[in-house]
Amino acid sequence: MKQTVSIRGATHTDLQHDSAVKHVTGRADYTDDIAEPIGTLHAYLGTSTVAHGRIRDIDFDAVKSAPGVVGILTAADIPGVNDVSPTGRHDEPVFATDIVEFWGQPIFAVVAESRDQARRAAALAKVDYEILPHVTDAADAMAQGYPHVTEPLKLERGDVAEGQKAPNRIKGQMRVGGQDHTYLEGHIAFAEPGEDEDVIVHSSTQHPSEAQHMVAHVLGVPSHSVVVNVRRMGGGFGGKESQMNLFCAVAAVAAKKWNRAVKIRPDRDQDMESTGKRHDFVVDYDVAFDEEGRIHAVEGQFAARCGWTSDLSGPVTDRALFHADNAYFYPHVRLTSRPMKTNTVSNTAFRGFGGPQGVIAAERMVEEIAYQLGKDPLEIRKLNFYGGPGRDLTPYHQTVEDNVILRLVEELEEDADYQARRRAVLDHNAKGGLIRKGIALTPVKFGISFTATWYNQAGALVHLYNDGSIMLNHGGTEMGQGLNTKVAQVVADAFQVDIDRIKITKTTTEKVPNTSATAASSGSDLNGMAAQNACDQIKTRLVEWAAAKWNVTEEEVRFLPNEVRVGDDVHGFNDFIKAAYMDRVQLSAAGFYKTPKIHWDRAKGQGRPFYYYAYGASVSEVSVDTLTGEYVIDRVDVLHDVGKSLNPILDKGQVEGAFVQGMGWLTTEELWWDQKGQLKTHAPSTYKIPLASDIPRVFNVKLADWSENRELTIKRSKAVGEPPFMLPISVFEALGMAVASVADYRECPRLDAPATPERVLMAIDRLQGA
Amino acid sequence: MSKIHVTTTVNGDEVEFLCDSRETLLDVLRDRLNLTGAKEGCGTGDCGACSVEVDGRLVCSCLMLGAEAEGKSIATVEGIAEGEELHPLQKKFIEYAALQCGICTPGILVAAKNLLERNPDPTETEVRYWLAGNLCRCTGYDKIIRAVMDTAKDMREAS
Repeated sequence: MKQTVSIRGATHTDLQHDSAVKHVTGRADYTDDIAEPIGTLHAYLGTSTVAHGRIRDIDFDAVKSAPGVVGILTAADIPGVNDVSPTGRHDEPVFATDIVEFWGQPIFAVVAESRDQARRAAALAKVDYEILPHVTDAADAMAQGYPHVTEPLKLERGDVAEGQKAPNRIKGQMRVGGQDHTYLEGHIAFAEPGEDEDVIVHSSTQHPSEAQHMVAHVLGVPSHSVVVNVRRMGGGFGGKESQMNLFCAVAAVAAKKWNRAVKIRPDRDQDMESTGKRHDFVVDYDVAFDEEGRIHAVEGQFAARCGWTSDLSGPVTDRALFHADNAYFYPHVRLTSRPMKTNTVSNTAFRGFGGPQGVIAAERMVEEIAYQLGKDPLEIRKLNFYGGPGRDLTPYHQTVEDNVILRLVEELEEDADYQARRRAVLDHNAKGGLIRKGIALTPVKFGISFTATWYNQAGALVHLYNDGSIMLNHGGTEMGQGLNTKVAQVVADAFQVDIDRIKITKTTTEKVPNTSATAASSGSDLNGMAAQNACDQIKTRLVEWAAAKWNVTEEEVRFLPNEVRVGDDVHGFNDFIKAAYMDRVQLSAAGFYKTPKIHWDRAKGQGRPFYYYAYGASVSEVSVDTLTGEYVIDRVDVLHDVGKSLNPILDKGQVEGAFVQGMGWLTTEELWWDQKGQLKTHAPSTYKIPLASDIPRVFNVKLADWSENRELTIKRSKAVGEPPFMLPISVFEALGMAVASVADYRECPRLDAPATPERVLMAIDRLQGA
Repeated sequence: MSKIHVTTTVNGDEVEFLCDSRETLLDVLRDRLNLTGAKEGCGTGDCGACSVEVDGRLVCSCLMLGAEAEGKSIATVEGIAEGEELHPLQKKFIEYAALQCGICTPGILVAAKNLLERNPDPTETEVRYWLAGNLCRCTGYDKIIRAVMDTAKDMREAS
């Protein structure tokens, strides 16, 4: 049989983002671009201006008389429950009642005819506070006996005391800064009231189902009365997983109260002050090792600034522990988390979800060992990688079955000419100039699956219309990662039709219910499988029908590019579908998927929380000006494992984007609170994410094209959203090497993150003084 | 508050609108003229998502008042394509996958087009620093820089 044509948009091929034409012409509609009905009102939050205090009195007179103001919402106006806690802990009021616990906490909302009027009026409330003592830092919180926001976790294996008898032992502390998401589209919700208890909320949320349930909870209505719609987001990165609940709730309450459409969109300053960020950590580590550099025991405490509520801090701090081994086997290990309450905004999900803070601690320990023994950190890394039986068990008792880290690292080491370049860097620094160089190769191993096992499920809805066109819907949300494109590729493959035939529709709680957040890198793994399941159901019906109709075996019914072969006859796809319709074949299916094999017993600290691991490695070379602490990133080489890529051009985009975002986390992005507990870095004017001028001068990114997921994931691909975020730890460590050169590498530079030029300069001064 | 009557040109078309004295050009474009391609990323001129050209000069439309547009010629992302025919920059951005969430893309395209009109043969360093006023949180910029460089080359060869 001769068959040379193929479909457009098959899996494992480069295919551009489905909205690309709309993106470049300005025609892609984000939530704020949806046409507003006449009479739309605008809400704005009034927030706390103290970090911790008791509200004695609020005078709203000036707010009420401000131009355009329609009314005010406070906790008293909430018909249901004044709570948007995503984990059901009931610790997160929409509006504060008597106590405020961070600077920027919502106390009320003003609703006005225009956004500008609402925003100006919100600043006019006079709130009288009794000021209470506050704590903004995790270390201070521990010192002052502040509580945990949620139960800590302990992971333990082996006999730590025995392992600590090794000849060398280093204890240290590392501070790892937080990070603002700085999605270019901020938070936004736009609610339209319906009849009865109904309300429709258009929002830029990564978790429409949760927003739906929260809005229902706050309105005191069943979930079936609330619809949440998301066509696309202007970036999410975890910042819109739980944090949008507040805005959806406020818009919905106001829309029902005034029976008019209501939009809420904070300005950038309020977005940064009042919504959560990446957790910053204070890590205390204690690593015991032998003369060769082999790790015998690790003990670590991971304390996080969680903010005023638990939000997702439990699973975030858990994931920090799950990644405190990175790619290394620890024979004896004890890791504990301390999710500390602080009087700051409640920190939340952010790409990597605590994992990066664990990984960087592992890499710090490797650095410590290398500097102590006077060796190349890469040598220590290879010595401690997970290996075969006896060296393949994680601190949470999951066996690492799919380890490719050594192959990946050795391939990159060769491709990037690491050894020769390292010698050149050492030679350069030996000349003692003002510009010092550093180079580092760091690995990443990242566990894939939600650690909340029940989250690992997904649904999809596929309709084949009788003209042969296909409508695809699934529970994932599109935030730029190309999820919709990838899932459509899966459907195109399943029916063997050109992707142009498939219409990708907005995510809505009306079509697929009870979805999980598009998070944990799981979007295409889960939703791709659910969509495939829906297609399989329809195909099964079509094959049964065609076999019976044309009297052939089911094996003789084959989906070929844009046509279907039945026995010796070939039918155009449209004709085939039309005939099936005429014979009353059901052409629609709801697909479902749940990840197999995973289980997790948190109380015991044992299980298999991850279906599989994704791996990667990078080499970075930097130049540091020792007089100013400023630096440039000269060259970066990345080799990353995405399994058998569903769409290489999109996956490569994820790797590059994650790298630069992670580089920002470790270099220029510094969150800074003043003594009163106010975040002072609350706009791009004071908070610096990487610019086009900051990225590596040479940036070589490659996917490991030989990799295939050993588990039965969608087309043997691997998740890609988060794992590459940790690759730029090589930038951080290369900066450390340049710094350490001023003291002839005798001492581990112990840079804290972010390594701002200021910190780099201080570290140089410290080492030169030593 | 009395409104101000403004006559201006947007993407070659003469346009009249009434606006408040405090209203930004960005809000006028989005809310009064239904040109929602320019986005508000920060509202303080730091992110470039609202970039437009005013009399050929690249400006953040959030920093300019609508009333200041009187008699000026405004160009937005909506005017870059000629009808359905995409501009070479737009085609290259798609080809290189130089966009992800797409919300910074309109501003970056306006900025890049402005650069190429001033300097058809920019160095890579010039492209990087010209675009340093436009934040992108998704792509890591590399593909954007490649797309602009490659477009400049193609346009030079075509002219």
